[in-house]
Amino acid sequence: MSWLNQVVQVTLINLRNVPRRLGTSLVIVVGIAGVVGVLVSVLAMGEGFRHTLASTGRPTRVIMLRAGSDAEMSSGVARDQATVLTNLPALARDAAGQPLVSAELFVMVELPRHGQTDPNNVPFRGVQPAAFTIRDEVRIVEGRPFGRGVREVIVGHKAARQFAGLGVGSRIAFRDSDWTVVGTFESGGDVHESEIWADAEVAMSAFRRTGFQSVTAALADPSEAGLAALKDSISRDRRLSINVLREPEYYAKQASILSRLIGVLGYSVATFMAIGATFGALNCMYSAIASRQTEIATLRAIGFGGAPVVVSVMIEALVLALVGGAVGGALAYVYCDGASLSTLNFNTFSQVAFDFRVTRGLLVQGLVWALLIGAAGGLLPAIRAARLPVTVALRTL
Amino acid sequence: MRYLPLLWAQLFRRKTRTVLTLLSVLVAFLLFGLLEAVQVAFESGADSADAKRLLTTARYSIIEPLPMAYASRIERVPGVVGVAYADWFGARYQNESNAFAVFAVEPARYLDMYPEFEIAPAQREAFVKTRTGAVAGKRLVDRYGWTVGQKLPIASEIHTKTDGSLNWEFDLVGIIDAEDPAVRANTEVVLINVAHFDEARQSGKGKTGWYIVRVADVEQARAISAAIDRMFLNSPDETKTAPEKEFALGFARQIGDMGALVTRILLAVFFTILILTGNTMAQSIRERIPELAILKTLGFSNTAVTALVLGEAALLLVIGASLGMLAAVAMLPVLNSATGGRFPPLFVEPATWAWAAAVAVALALAVGLPPALRVHRLRIVDALAGHR
Repeated sequence: MSWLNQVVQVTLINLRNVPRRLGTSLVIVVGIAGVVGVLVSVLAMGEGFRHTLASTGRPTRVIMLRAGSDAEMSSGVARDQATVLTNLPALARDAAGQPLVSAELFVMVELPRHGQTDPNNVPFRGVQPAAFTIRDEVRIVEGRPFGRGVREVIVGHKAARQFAGLGVGSRIAFRDSDWTVVGTFESGGDVHESEIWADAEVAMSAFRRTGFQSVTAALADPSEAGLAALKDSISRDRRLSINVLREPEYYAKQASILSRLIGVLGYSVATFMAIGATFGALNCMYSAIASRQTEIATLRAIGFGGAPVVVSVMIEALVLALVGGAVGGALAYVYCDGASLSTLNFNTFSQVAFDFRVTRGLLVQGLVWALLIGAAGGLLPAIRAARLPVTVALRTL
Repeated sequence: MRYLPLLWAQLFRRKTRTVLTLLSVLVAFLLFGLLEAVQVAFESGADSADAKRLLTTARYSIIEPLPMAYASRIERVPGVVGVAYADWFGARYQNESNAFAVFAVEPARYLDMYPEFEIAPAQREAFVKTRTGAVAGKRLVDRYGWTVGQKLPIASEIHTKTDGSLNWEFDLVGIIDAEDPAVRANTEVVLINVAHFDEARQSGKGKTGWYIVRVADVEQARAISAAIDRMFLNSPDETKTAPEKEFALGFARQIGDMGALVTRILLAVFFTILILTGNTMAQSIRERIPELAILKTLGFSNTAVTALVLGEAALLLVIGASLGMLAAVAMLPVLNSATGGRFPPLFVEPATWAWAAAVAVALALAVGLPPALRVHRLRIVDALAGHR
C-alpha cells in the first residue's frame, strides 16, 4: 500500500506543478493535438467515402453487368438481353405482376463545380419506371419526379450541392439536348446522391445509345438459393453473358482504390507526425524533470523509491498526451465532421460526393495514438529521473 | 563565419535537447518533401504537357467517341502540323481491372506526336509494320517481367472482338521510355496498333476516343482550337479542343481538393513544429541569460548578441530542413519501388527545395526573433544579478 501511496503522492505533486510549467506542458498537448487532428481528419474522409459506397444498395437487390466488366461505365447490356433479363422468374414482381427490374443507361456528363469553370465527370443515369419501386430509399425532397418521355432530370442533392446549375427549374445542356431540372432527391446518403437521373428511353435517344449499361433488380428470393437460381438461369441462357452481383458487393468494390489511397496517406502522414511529436514530448519531459531535479532528489533522499518517480513522470506524460489527443479529436470533429467533398473515384472515373465522418471509433483510435506518443515520450525521461544519483542531483543546486 | 564555432557550441550546449529538436524539424521537412512530391505527381501531367499540343475530345463528354475520319479534316486546318488519335481500350490484365492504360493508336502518328517518348528505331519500325503489334512503357515491362517478342494477352472491359470474346492478344514489339521523370509517368501505357484493333472489334469501328493536334505556333493555339471546334459545329459529333496542359490540369482538378488537403496537413505540421521548436529555443535562451550577459560584458554589441541568437535558430532549422529534405530524396526511390509502380514516380522538384529553404528561413525568424529581441533589450546588470 505504501508504494501505491508514494506513487499517488508524487504524481499529485507533479500534476499540481503542471500549471507552473505551462509552456513546456503545452508543447506536448499541441504536438499531440496536431498529430491526432490530422490523423482523425484524413481517416474521417476515408470513412465518409467508404460509408457512402457501403450504404449504397441492399443485399436483396442485384446489379447485372456484362461478364468481364467491373464497373457500369465499361459494361454494356444490349436491349434484347435486357428484355430477357427482365422476364427471368428469379426476379421479383410487384403486386400488378410487373417485374421489379430497371435497365439503366449510365454515362458521364461534364459540369463545373460551383464558382469554377473546369468540367467534372458527373454520373448521369437513365432509369426505367420500376427504379423508384426497387430503390424505395429514393425520396424527392424538392420539386417533382421527371415526366416520362420528356427531357427532364432529377438531381441527387449532393450533386446539386457540388456542381453549378443544378437548382430546380434551371436548364442544362448536354449533347444536342436541353434538359430541365425538375426535382432534387435524397437516397439515404448513398452514392446515387452524386448522380443525375432521367428517363432511360429519353436519355438513350439523346445520348444516341442503343444499349444499356446495367440492369438493377430485386430478387424474388433474397436468400443465397434465390441468387443461385438467378445465376443458374442466366448461365443456362446462351444469349446472355452477364455477371450478377448483389448490390452491396458491387458498390464495395467501387471503393477499393480511393479508400486504399486515403488510408495510406492518412496513416503514413500521421506516423511521421507522431515520430516528430514524440521527439517533442521527449524534449518536454526531459526539461520537466530537469527543472524538478532537486525536488525529485529530495524525495528520494527522504525515502521515496525509484518506481514512484518513474510512474509519476509517466502518468504526467500520459495525462498531457490524453489532453492533446482529446483536443486534436475535438478539433477534427468541429472542423471536419459533416464537411462535404467531391472527388474523382478512380474505380468509376466519375465524381462521387461524400461527407467527412468522424466516428467514435476514429476518436478512440486518435486517443490510442496520443497515449502511445505520450508513453514513448515519457519513458526515457522517467527512467533518467529515477536513475539520477541523489548526491549528484542535490549537488547541482 | 568566425562565429560558427561559437554558434555550434551554443547549439550543442544541451546535446539531447538539440538533437531531439533537430529530429522533429527533420521529420517535418521529410514530410514536406514527400507530400510535395505526391502533389507534383498529381500535377505531373500538367508539367510534362507540351504547349504546342492540343487535345480534341467530344464536346459533351470525354467518353463519347469521335469519327477517325476527322483526322484528315483537322490536318487541313491552317497552322496544324500534325494529328494523332487514340482510343481507350479498358484493359483488364491478370484479372485486375485497369491495371494500366492501353491506347489504340496509329503508331507513326502517335510516336511522332510524343517525341519525348524514347524508342529504338528498329522497334518503332516493327510497331508500325506489325498489325497486332504493341509497345509498352519500361516501368510496365519491368513490373510484369515482359520481354520483347512475346505475346501479350490483355482483356478489354469495353471492346468485344467480332467473335464476341473480350480476350485480346498482341505482340510486344518494343519498349518506350523517357529521361524526364515527369514524362516517364506518361510512358506507363501499352500502345496497340489501331489497324488490327479496329478491324477485329465488333462495334465502334471507324471511331476513336480523342485527337492530339500539334500546332506550329503556340500563339495561335487558341485560334486553332476555335477553328477546329467551329468546323464540327452542328455535326453529329461536335468537338471541344483545348491545350494539353489545360486538359491535364482539369483532370488534376477533378481529383478536387487533394491539393488543398495536402496544404492543410502541411500547415498543421509546421504549426506543431513551430510550437515545439519555439518553446525549446525560448527555454534554452532563458537558461543562458547570464552567459549572454557575459558576452555583452566582454564587448559584444547588442546587435551582435541578437545576431548570435538568431543565427542559432537559423542554424538549427537549416540543418534540420536539409537533413529532412535529403531523407525525403533518399526515401523516394524506396517508396517508388514499394508501390510497384502503381503510382506515378515520385521525385523532389527543384522548386520544392526552394520552398523548403523559404519555409526554413521563415520558421527560423518566427522561432528566433522573440528570444533575440529579448536578449537585445537585456541589461547586463540585471542579467548577472540572476533575475531570470
